[in-house]
Amino acid sequence: MTVTFPQKGLPWLLLLPQLLVTAVFFLWPAEQALEQAFYQEDAFGLSREFVGLDNFLDLFTDPLYYQSMLTTLVFSFSVAIFGMSIALLLAVMADRVIRGKLTYQTLLIWPYAVAPALAGVLWWILFDPSMGPIALWLESMGLDWDHYLNGGQAMILVVIAATWKQISYNFLFFLAGLQAVPRSLIEAAAIDGAGPFKRFWTIVFPLLSPTTFFLLVINLVYAFFDTFGVIDATTKGGPGQSTNILVYKVFEDGFVGLDLGSSAAQSVVLMAIVGVMTVIQFRFIERKVQYS
Amino acid sequence: MQNLKIASMVVGMSLASSGFAATEVEWWHAMGGANGEKINEIAKGFNDSQDAYVVKPVFKGNYTETMTSAIAAFRAKQQPAIVQVFEVGTASMMAAKGAIYPVHQLMRESGQPFDESAYLSAVTGYYTSSEGKMLSMPFNSSTPVLYYNKDLFEKAGITQAPKTWQEVETTAKKLQSSGVSCGFTTAWQSWVQLENMSARHNVPFATLDNGFGGLKTELAFNGDLQVAHVKKMGEWQQNGIFSYSGRTNDGAAKFYSQECAMFTESSAGYAGIKRNATFDFGVTELPYWEGKVKQPSNTIIGGASLWVLQGHSKEEYKGVASFLTYLSRASVQADWHQFSGYLPITTAAYDLTKGQGFYAANPGTETAVVQMTTGTPTANTKGLRLGNFVQIRGVIDEALESVWSGDVDAQTALNTAVKRGNALLRKFEKAND
Repeated sequence: MTVTFPQKGLPWLLLLPQLLVTAVFFLWPAEQALEQAFYQEDAFGLSREFVGLDNFLDLFTDPLYYQSMLTTLVFSFSVAIFGMSIALLLAVMADRVIRGKLTYQTLLIWPYAVAPALAGVLWWILFDPSMGPIALWLESMGLDWDHYLNGGQAMILVVIAATWKQISYNFLFFLAGLQAVPRSLIEAAAIDGAGPFKRFWTIVFPLLSPTTFFLLVINLVYAFFDTFGVIDATTKGGPGQSTNILVYKVFEDGFVGLDLGSSAAQSVVLMAIVGVMTVIQFRFIERKVQYS
Repeated sequence: MQNLKIASMVVGMSLASSGFAATEVEWWHAMGGANGEKINEIAKGFNDSQDAYVVKPVFKGNYTETMTSAIAAFRAKQQPAIVQVFEVGTASMMAAKGAIYPVHQLMRESGQPFDESAYLSAVTGYYTSSEGKMLSMPFNSSTPVLYYNKDLFEKAGITQAPKTWQEVETTAKKLQSSGVSCGFTTAWQSWVQLENMSARHNVPFATLDNGFGGLKTELAFNGDLQVAHVKKMGEWQQNGIFSYSGRTNDGAAKFYSQECAMFTESSAGYAGIKRNATFDFGVTELPYWEGKVKQPSNTIIGGASLWVLQGHSKEEYKGVASFLTYLSRASVQADWHQFSGYLPITTAAYDLTKGQGFYAANPGTETAVVQMTTGTPTANTKGLRLGNFVQIRGVIDEALESVWSGDVDAQTALNTAVKRGNALLRKFEKAND
């Protein structure tokens, strides 16, 4: 059923605050980035030269840029998948806790309050090859841990650091989703003889799918855009190029290197990638989502 | 925008009224912790010494953040009069001709007595124009030295600190046979093991006098000496004589835990090492390769200098000039040098510190000064002036890591780094032409 407003102006007026926020904080900066991407400029803005597509050509003729894209995909999907599965597991368990429920849930939400850079440093120390407790433990198990030299291990470390924080956020949504699943359905299934696993996969999980889908989009966007703090505080993209994700390169080239043109071009590419990904998700994955 | 201007005027007026008639000079810096407090003390010392000007230090975060916020402020016409910029930002600052007010010119135009020969040329050299004029005021400068664990040396029966890389190798082997797992580790690998390595042997790091000769400079650190050194370090990484510990100064942990017996790190790391080392340690000059150079040259500085930005009133610049004069006073300099471990910037401050018996009481603190002042700096040891240097260092880090992990040989890695670095230099040239 559609609601119609008698006047034409009122809906716009009601939408105005949200539209204004979107315009000022999203559209305007995006437009600025788009414009900047076609210029080459010194850091102080004293001279500016229109260079057409040069900034983009530089990127797409650089084999390392493609490597960075691949690294980003590996990183982002790892963060999203691990972050969501662990959070779901914790949420299912927290949902069953009866005593001390609130304390348990609150504790699980805490890490979300930790800034990404701090989360990075925390894990960095825990895994420090010469004094980190986890690294020392791994060594005693016969595994040589050295994220300063081993690219794969460095990747594992930044994935853990970036995921850890996000688990809390996912947990919150999954828990709310679980609590919205009608008890009667689960009880009915139980009476029909379905075990806990069967109940979960055939009833709870499908009913959670809107939450899962929402979290997938949010988590991928987080991994693509919000994780430069983790990388900056830990590996700085190394060793070699092994953890140099796209958004870190944007940050490095723009804020540290002061190469605004290239940094802007990179963020335009990043925006395009995330845009395409979101469209794909909404077109193909959302079909499988069951909104009640 | 208009509102912002009005708001800043209101803020400005309220600040001005609290300082009576004194002209305010804002100084953005990147010194946190104890050094930051010392900066406030220096500013207070200046403010108390006269009543025409008030210097207001503002902490802006790390070096990168400070420089980026000063640039952003400049674009919004809200820039401070003085900003502290790290050494790798020098080329960017220099190229911004309309944004900076060269120190030598400021001093002349403000009528302040200014004798450039009073400063240590090895320190100021980094910040002078190709005509030898000081563009910025050196503030905190350091240079890499070798720290070693005296206790472990004694246990291994070693009586002398290594002077050459050959001796580092033999010393490390002796240490290893006495049960130490790692010979040495390094902080800031590009700065210590490539930039200063080259300077120590009077070998160019880049063409056109390491970039001092103009924007057309090209990287040259893939020469025989550098390749041989990096190759050797790659081998050492495999047999434990060297142990890599990251791009910054995380290696300190390995030195503190006595896992590594030697550590090449900035002379400014002295205070930290003194605080954290539970053992007796010594400081010696950065090693060189025997047979590659007769007399090792001076090393290059790192750290930061103070740049004066355009867009302020004549009166403010007078305040800046008299503050820079105050900062160069032997007593102020000597105090800062002794407190922070950074190098003194004037000969007078060095002599004063020596006269006060500071070096005798704190063995190892003079090493860096002596190393810096050996001989006259040459075109290869004056410093480095490269655009996009921060990214170039990133490229070098990646190349070195690929050698340490054994994936790529030294020659190929350095060739690739030179090629990628040159592309960054050309880009800088294009943007700043």
